Amino acid sequence: FSKMKVKVLSRNPDDYVRETKYDIQRVPRNYDPSLHPFEVNREYARALNATKLERVFAKPFLASLDGHRDGVNCMAKHSTNLSSLLSGSCDGELKIWNLTKRECVRTLQAHEGFVRGIVVRFCGTSFFTVGDDKTIKQWKMQSPGYGEEEEPLNTILGKTVFTGLDHHRREGVFATCGQQVDIWDEQRSSPVRSFTWGVDSFSSVRFNPVETELLASCASDRSIVLYDMREATPLKKVVMTMRSNTLCWNPMEAYYFTCANEDYSLYTYDMRNLEQPVVVHMDHVSAVLDVDFSPTGKEFVSASFDKTIRIFPKDGGHSREVYHTKRMQHVICIKWSADNKYILSGSDEMNIRLWKANASEKLGVVSYCAEKAANYNQKLKEKYQHHPQVKRIARHRHLPKNIYHQAKELRVMREARRRKEKNVRKHSKPGSVPVVTEREKHVVTVVK
Amino acid sequence: MKLKKSKKIKKRPGINDETSAVSDEMQEEDSEDIAAVPDAIRYDEDEGEEDLNPELKEQVGPGHRLLGRGHRSTRLEERSEAALLVSEFGANAEGDGAKIELSDLLPTASKKAQKQIETLKKSNRTLDTPLSRQETERIHRDVAFQKVATEVSQWKSVIQQNQQAEQLVFPLNQEPSGPKPIEHVVAGWKAQTPLEQEIFAVLNANKQPINNPILTPAEEESIKAMSLEEAKIRRAELQKARALQSYYEAKARRDRKIKSKKYRKVHNKAKRKEMLKQFDEMVKTNPEGALEELKKLEMGRMQERMSLKHQNSGKWAKSKAIMAKYDEDARKAMQQQLEINKELTQKVATALNNDEEDEDDEEEADTEEVLPDFVNDVEKAGDASNPWMRGKLTEEEQEKEQESKMAEEVILLEDEEEMEEEVNEEEKLLREFENRRKQQEEDIVDETALSEFTSIIRGLTQKPEVETIVDNSTPLEEGLTRIQTLEDTEKLQETDISETAEPEVVEIVQADETAKETSTKKAKKRKRNIELKEVITKESRVVTVPLKVTTEEVGEEDMEDEMDQRGLIKEAFAGDDVISDFLKEKRKKEDAGKPKAIDLTLPGWGEWGGKGLKPSRKKRQRFRTKPAQAVVRKDAKLPEVIMSEQRDKSITLHQVSSLPFPFENYAQFESTIRCPLGRTWNSEKTVKKVTLPRVVTQLGAIIEPMGREELKKSQQQKAEPHTWKKWMENNIGDII
Repeated sequence: FSKMKVKVLSRNPDDYVRETKYDIQRVPRNYDPSLHPFEVNREYARALNATKLERVFAKPFLASLDGHRDGVNCMAKHSTNLSSLLSGSCDGELKIWNLTKRECVRTLQAHEGFVRGIVVRFCGTSFFTVGDDKTIKQWKMQSPGYGEEEEPLNTILGKTVFTGLDHHRREGVFATCGQQVDIWDEQRSSPVRSFTWGVDSFSSVRFNPVETELLASCASDRSIVLYDMREATPLKKVVMTMRSNTLCWNPMEAYYFTCANEDYSLYTYDMRNLEQPVVVHMDHVSAVLDVDFSPTGKEFVSASFDKTIRIFPKDGGHSREVYHTKRMQHVICIKWSADNKYILSGSDEMNIRLWKANASEKLGVVSYCAEKAANYNQKLKEKYQHHPQVKRIARHRHLPKNIYHQAKELRVMREARRRKEKNVRKHSKPGSVPVVTEREKHVVTVVK
Repeated sequence: MKLKKSKKIKKRPGINDETSAVSDEMQEEDSEDIAAVPDAIRYDEDEGEEDLNPELKEQVGPGHRLLGRGHRSTRLEERSEAALLVSEFGANAEGDGAKIELSDLLPTASKKAQKQIETLKKSNRTLDTPLSRQETERIHRDVAFQKVATEVSQWKSVIQQNQQAEQLVFPLNQEPSGPKPIEHVVAGWKAQTPLEQEIFAVLNANKQPINNPILTPAEEESIKAMSLEEAKIRRAELQKARALQSYYEAKARRDRKIKSKKYRKVHNKAKRKEMLKQFDEMVKTNPEGALEELKKLEMGRMQERMSLKHQNSGKWAKSKAIMAKYDEDARKAMQQQLEINKELTQKVATALNNDEEDEDDEEEADTEEVLPDFVNDVEKAGDASNPWMRGKLTEEEQEKEQESKMAEEVILLEDEEEMEEEVNEEEKLLREFENRRKQQEEDIVDETALSEFTSIIRGLTQKPEVETIVDNSTPLEEGLTRIQTLEDTEKLQETDISETAEPEVVEIVQADETAKETSTKKAKKRKRNIELKEVITKESRVVTVPLKVTTEEVGEEDMEDEMDQRGLIKEAFAGDDVISDFLKEKRKKEDAGKPKAIDLTLPGWGEWGGKGLKPSRKKRQRFRTKPAQAVVRKDAKLPEVIMSEQRDKSITLHQVSSLPFPFENYAQFESTIRCPLGRTWNSEKTVKKVTLPRVVTQLGAIIEPMGREELKKSQQQKAEPHTWKKWMENNIGDII
């Protein structure tokens, strides 16, 4: 007579049996921390891997659209269609592109000389161009039918050369700049209003997309001038140490705008307080030629004479991304697509390039699981962003040799200047050499 | 009329404030005066509103300052028209060359106004010259700018909201997805056919919703009226109803599972009684149905009589019959079978065959008492050691029997409690784990830490009062190497490691700081520095993995087994004195760490040297430096532990060396690092919450710039921050 020992696993079927076959399989999970030790270390490893993979998958360049026979001077997004892009070149040719097919849909000789500005009307049925031949032309968006000639809907002959153009967001009103800033009604052949303020020429004019009656323009006397379309006079201007080439309003924050300056930096201003910029964005090593905000208003992209494109956070002093290719020359114009996913750059060597706005993002439809994983990885990267290894890998970028050295040189120069200033301050009477912040340095005056 | 003129003066730019203020008051007076004047006169006045009465003007004199800008030297010709009523303004001064006093013209004017006029007359100031064009333009610009600035500042709240938002979804005003009612899609749709018109007429008449999913006005009103508390009550009711339902389900399930024969018997009997009752009623109300029922019962009885079930003729019964001689239980079991047979074959007593009813009842009552409770006994007697038999099941049965005797309400109450417990069990478990984690790492901050972190950042970035956005971006590490594969990143790391060996110290001097401030801040910074060990690697702790005891070990044998095993291990490692080895090792480490005395005596220096000669004791003492006192080791009081106090270089590379920007102290930083985000440590819901992306965009959707609607929306939100609908949206997950 012996006792038999029976080992029995006792389980409650309620824990593992599904009620119907359509139910999700129950995955038992024990959150007891003692069963899942080393959480920080494990997550750190995950974060490190995520950053590494992000860098490995960072392939921002998507396509290049070639067809122009001269440098691309200006571009315009279609206001209602994501896949259309308009571009004007230095020989007066205008091309409309289909971005999904990556091909040119329509070509027309818009002007003699440069096409200086293109803007699509808010309804998307027509667009305006200005050129070096002192004309403003309105064109239909639809290509002409068989046998019809390519002719503008309207042509306005101005007295002086127009250098920039922008359209009101809701009304049939547009603004041009050249010798002065003009506000035009679409129905009239003479400007409704023209603003002058002792400046001989303007390089760009932009409507505020939120407060739609406001405008700002960059003048060649190193100033940025603000206007209100309803008023007879300009509002205010700020004179900086160097000339601004273009500016762009933040599409989500009514009173902020960013200007691209000749002194290699960009400046974000609060229009209510022009005494000093809110942020100085520096990283470029040559003049910044164009800037465009992302439609979410969180970031902007800038094109520079140094043959690179940089993406800046709107409140960050340094760029989060730099794009360049061997063949890309001076980037003259830049646009951020209206769905926040792509960046388009037009450059000197006649090509338009299509980039991803987020270099390592997976495009197209992403499965639920992949999305969840991406979100988790993103948060991990954010959490461990201060850890040296993660930081190093995440922020490492390849740069062409000459730009790298130029940047280094600039850094050394800046450092030397700073050191000298510090020494001067040290050896002079306290308070006699005041500290001037980077933000204060670049504003000369504000003229009321 | 003169007063009118004063109004004109006021309009001119550049007049000093004093006069304008006065004229303002006078205006008021003027209006009062007009009211006092009879109608006809007033009519006259209106006609020649702008021009002064020439006569009057003459008399007042050209030099009076209230009377116009230019001092006209030419005299205007008198001109008068016939009028019925003579105006008071036609008053002439008596005598030649006499002039009318201003106060004469205002017979109805108050003394106050008169006084003011007097003061005006006394002041001899002339008007200012108009400003230059540039200056006026400047003023215009300034005014226009102020206007625009205030207008633009309206957006401040929206911008701040968006900066603080946990998540932003673009495009901003999305239309709800899903099919829309046809009326929305087809613009200008109207009821055309007579049928449609009729339907809509009826709907309109009854105030019914015309479009598909929209509520009736009454319903809408009720929704609006439904307050938070009501919603809570409703929710509670719903919860209770659901709990009750699941309780009844559970009860039914348990009922079905009960194997106790006695219980079944009682149960069945009750059922049958119930049925009989119903049957009787049926006889009265629905005789045909009753007949059918009767037939059914009869059929059942016939089947029972035909079959050999319960007749003690089966295999089991035969075996029992053998045992019956000796075993009382077996005898009882057999008896039981027969009883059942008898019961089932009995004729149903109804109104149709009423006479037998009473007897049957008596018999049944007898059998109930006679019936022994044998079933469980038999099985209990089987195998005491069998865990299957000793399981909860039997206990439950017993409980059930007791319960069945208890009042139903009591059961109900009890079971409700049970249900609640079940519901809460999961949460409890999670909470327990949470607590345990808290104990282990003293102040673990879960999501709150993260949110705290984000709030800190936001708080810092959020200060556009001074309009300076804090820049938290660091420059890119631009280099000449390209990352194309994972190996590249590894290489990059290696090179970086070599770079970090000589870290370049870039001083970032805050421009605003004075020298004093910097010195104090430096001191602070030094304080802030993080203890490297505390950032990632905490003191290693022993992880004890609890092994569930899956067997129920009974008896001394197990104890013996254990003892055997210990003995075995002792035997196997008989030679090894692990403990003393460990102590030795520790002592060695301690000695190695101790600072040693340095002997700097040079033999042969200042005295004879050579083989076998030792330096003198005095000299040795002189050149021997005493060791500094050893630092107390951390493991000095822990006999079973060796703690290495050397810094681990390989880990240092991965540790944060200085406090990152938005954090104020390292405890804050550590708490954000310490709480895990992954699914391994958190429930699915929290993971989802924690890993919410900041910006969500839709594929292929155009994001329009912000419109005026957003401004209105934010204002509305401010006005009514807590609507019922919003509350429902937020809590719908909890309710369902």
